[in-house]
Amino acid sequence: MITPAMVLSAILFVVGTFGVLVRRNAIIMFLCIELQLNAVNLAFVALSRIWGIEGQVFVFFVMTVAAAEAAVGLAIIISIFRHYETVNVDNFNLLKW
Amino acid sequence: MVEILFYVFAAVAIGSALGVVTARTPVGSLLFMVVTLASLAGVYVLLEAHFLAAAQIIVYAGAIMVLFLFVIMLLNLGHEYRRDLQGGLAAVLSFIVVGALAGMLARQFQSAGALDAVDAAGARAIDAALVEQGAVGVIAQPLFTTYVVPFEITGILLLVAIVGALVLAKRKVS
Repeated sequence: MITPAMVLSAILFVVGTFGVLVRRNAIIMFLCIELQLNAVNLAFVALSRIWGIEGQVFVFFVMTVAAAEAAVGLAIIISIFRHYETVNVDNFNLLKW
Repeated sequence: MVEILFYVFAAVAIGSALGVVTARTPVGSLLFMVVTLASLAGVYVLLEAHFLAAAQIIVYAGAIMVLFLFVIMLLNLGHEYRRDLQGGLAAVLSFIVVGALAGMLARQFQSAGALDAVDAAGARAIDAALVEQGAVGVIAQPLFTTYVVPFEITGILLLVAIVGALVLAKRKVS
């Protein structure tokens, strides 16, 4: 059952990438990044059946880092919203060029 | 039975992942995300990662998604769907990038059938470890021996994240 799980992981990753590229609401882009992280987690879990339990330990670490990232990222989004009154990423172009 | 359940969970996960990308409001997007996470937890159970399935529900679908929901409700977002989508050149470019990525990944799976032969042996090894050490012990054993230093560093990371989030989101006193 590894191959179907890897295919599911690839599909979820592609959908997440599409979401990051096509939406402009910072929070939805952030959710799509979480979707990509989950796709990678699924690949780790599937491959841990071949290469040993370490894959699942890594998923544990990825979840922790995702929690930390969500906390800091949402704090950044809140402080940006205070400044610009929007979370549309088109308005945050100060560091773009 | 396991195969059928896997395909049900996979279909729900893909459908609600598409929902995350296409939902009109951030709250709808987030609720689709919760469904995706829950069905991924089901897939984890089928892949015999029971502890991770529980952690997925508690940490991801519980804690992180509620944090997102708090922020969305706090900022009162989601009234401008049309401006939310990329248009013009950016949309075309993102279709090209996603198509290229999908093509690259699809090429990887042309020779992936060989993995399933190894899978049976791996499943037996994991079954034996689960019987011997239990669903939590099988993760805790490497986590607290081989990977104890990364584990402690994770604690520092969480502390830094808490302090950073407070500093960033705090209202400036002036």
